Amino acid sequence: MSFIDILRTAIFSLRGNWMRSALTSLGVIIGIAAVIVMVSVGQGTQKEIDKMVSGLGSQRLDISPGAGRGGGGVRMSSSSFFTLSEGDVDAIRGEIPEVQFVAGALRGNSQVVFAENNWSSNWQGVQADFFDINGWTIANGEGFNAQDYSGAGKVVILGETVRRELFGEETGIGQTVRLGRVPFTVVGTLAPKGQGGFGQDQDDVMMVPLETARRRLLGAMGLPPSAVMQIALTVTDAKDLSYAQGEVEALLRQRHKIAPGEDDDFNVRNISEIVATRTATTRLMSLLLGAVATISLIVGGIGIMNIMLVSVTERIREIGLRMAVGAGPGDIQRQFLAEAMLISLIGGAIGIALGIVGALLVGKFGSLPVALNGQVIALAAGFSIGTGLFFGYYPARKASQLDPIEALRQQ
Amino acid sequence: MSDRQTDIPVIETRGLGKVYSPGTEAEVVALKQVDLRIHRGDFVAIMGPSGSGKSTLMNLIGCLDTPSEGVYECDGVDVSTLDREELAILRRDKIGFVFQGFNLLPRMSALDNVAMPLGYAQVPNADRRQMAQDALESVGLGERSGHRPSELSGGQQQRVAIARALINKPPILLADEPTGALDSKTGEEILALFKRLRDDNHTVVLITHDAEVAAHADRVFVMRDGELHEEKSDARETRA
Repeated sequence: MSFIDILRTAIFSLRGNWMRSALTSLGVIIGIAAVIVMVSVGQGTQKEIDKMVSGLGSQRLDISPGAGRGGGGVRMSSSSFFTLSEGDVDAIRGEIPEVQFVAGALRGNSQVVFAENNWSSNWQGVQADFFDINGWTIANGEGFNAQDYSGAGKVVILGETVRRELFGEETGIGQTVRLGRVPFTVVGTLAPKGQGGFGQDQDDVMMVPLETARRRLLGAMGLPPSAVMQIALTVTDAKDLSYAQGEVEALLRQRHKIAPGEDDDFNVRNISEIVATRTATTRLMSLLLGAVATISLIVGGIGIMNIMLVSVTERIREIGLRMAVGAGPGDIQRQFLAEAMLISLIGGAIGIALGIVGALLVGKFGSLPVALNGQVIALAAGFSIGTGLFFGYYPARKASQLDPIEALRQQ
Repeated sequence: MSDRQTDIPVIETRGLGKVYSPGTEAEVVALKQVDLRIHRGDFVAIMGPSGSGKSTLMNLIGCLDTPSEGVYECDGVDVSTLDREELAILRRDKIGFVFQGFNLLPRMSALDNVAMPLGYAQVPNADRRQMAQDALESVGLGERSGHRPSELSGGQQQRVAIARALINKPPILLADEPTGALDSKTGEEILALFKRLRDDNHTVVLITHDAEVAAHADRVFVMRDGELHEEKSDARETRA
């Protein structure tokens, strides 16, 4: 039989029991749609993690004050918040050549007011390298100059969200805003970064020089002189990260006069460790989602096999007759395989359409990131073909192996 | 017997035998040393009670089964060495089947039922309808081509089945109790149709248990315990 004949016969047979065919297809539709939605969610989450990794950088170390990993919160006295100093920053810069950028920072929260607009936001008191370490670039205006850093200049650089809240469409450069009661001149704005890896608004931030923050914004707190709340650094080459981490720890222990066996009074974190954990979790989630989708597809495939076996039994006389008039085993096998393929391909096509719609809906209304691409759809199409072939083969084979004498004798 | 005979038989068996489950306790010798020669244009009946090996012989002649021993040449082709695919091709080209229960596909029109075997014979799609229509007209059902089997009488259904059997122009028409499901008047009509087909140089082999039906044939064979005997026409005449 020609391909057209086989196809026409298959369509004719399926239409004869269209309700059953449609319900069998439904199994594949659900399976394929699930594959598309699940895989796109899995890939979307993975992509988000990748973005976070590149955003945070795998060349980066964060040093915070306080007890080391082994220490509990109980041991933390208030003074342990200020164990790091600008001296530490300078020492790291001076003594560890692998370090590319290093900056100390203070941070806090303040009301910021311009005319009748006011907004509450976080500020960071930073040293010059802080911008490079965190990948901040100046969108409008300019960065702080040496005078600003050394002279505690009352200048501020606004993140995109803060700028929008205070100035709307304007850049705000040259305007005076008040942080708490202190007037600051806006010298620049930051290029927006968008949502961060943990869903926070990264652009809701303001930058002031470190010394300015210490004197003008935290003056009342009585900080130890030259204390910083955090030190961030990057290494030139990502390969040197763990070596540099060891060097930094050794240097700080020496500077802080910590005897061997005593706990650190600081904490060096390697961001990539956190990310690695998260990646593993995401990968596990993707696997589980994929497994769920695959199971539903297998269930759909079993449905096809089941119905095809029923169909072979029901049409045993037709098979016998077709064999009597000259259909060979190959003809019969192709016919039943074509029916199974047709069910799974139609189901696959509808399932792909539904899956795309579903993935877009999840992306739009769900909180999950979705990556829908041609690969996912090709994968689903391949699955639907594979399902038809795999689960259609056995019933078709069974039909083709029937003895025409026995088949014709069936009532 | 008839001047239409040629020297080359269309069905020839020599020492044909069939054993089911050989070598086991359930061994059944269904057919023993059957020698049969049927020529083109013959109308032959094979009679016998159930269990006589009649169905076994029919399955062998119809190329649905292969013999355990002996030779069957179907229109000059030795069947014993063929595999399932080759047997199917032989059936398609050489044998037209007519069944007691008609075996029409209920959801197809008469025309589509008749045209169905053409698909397996690789006949171009464009020619099929006309060929099927011609075949239906040759059995007197040209007007009913669009009807489904359920809309036709038993006799008409059997005519559709005969048209289907003839569509690939096989030399042999093999009819298994073709009148079994019909009343006697309709049965006579079908038998008359077979005679006409014989006159058109078809070979008709009629399998039946009914002596009255068999009497319409030119030659009558009787199966008894796996052995085939020809009934001489004079014996039949005296019995009639």
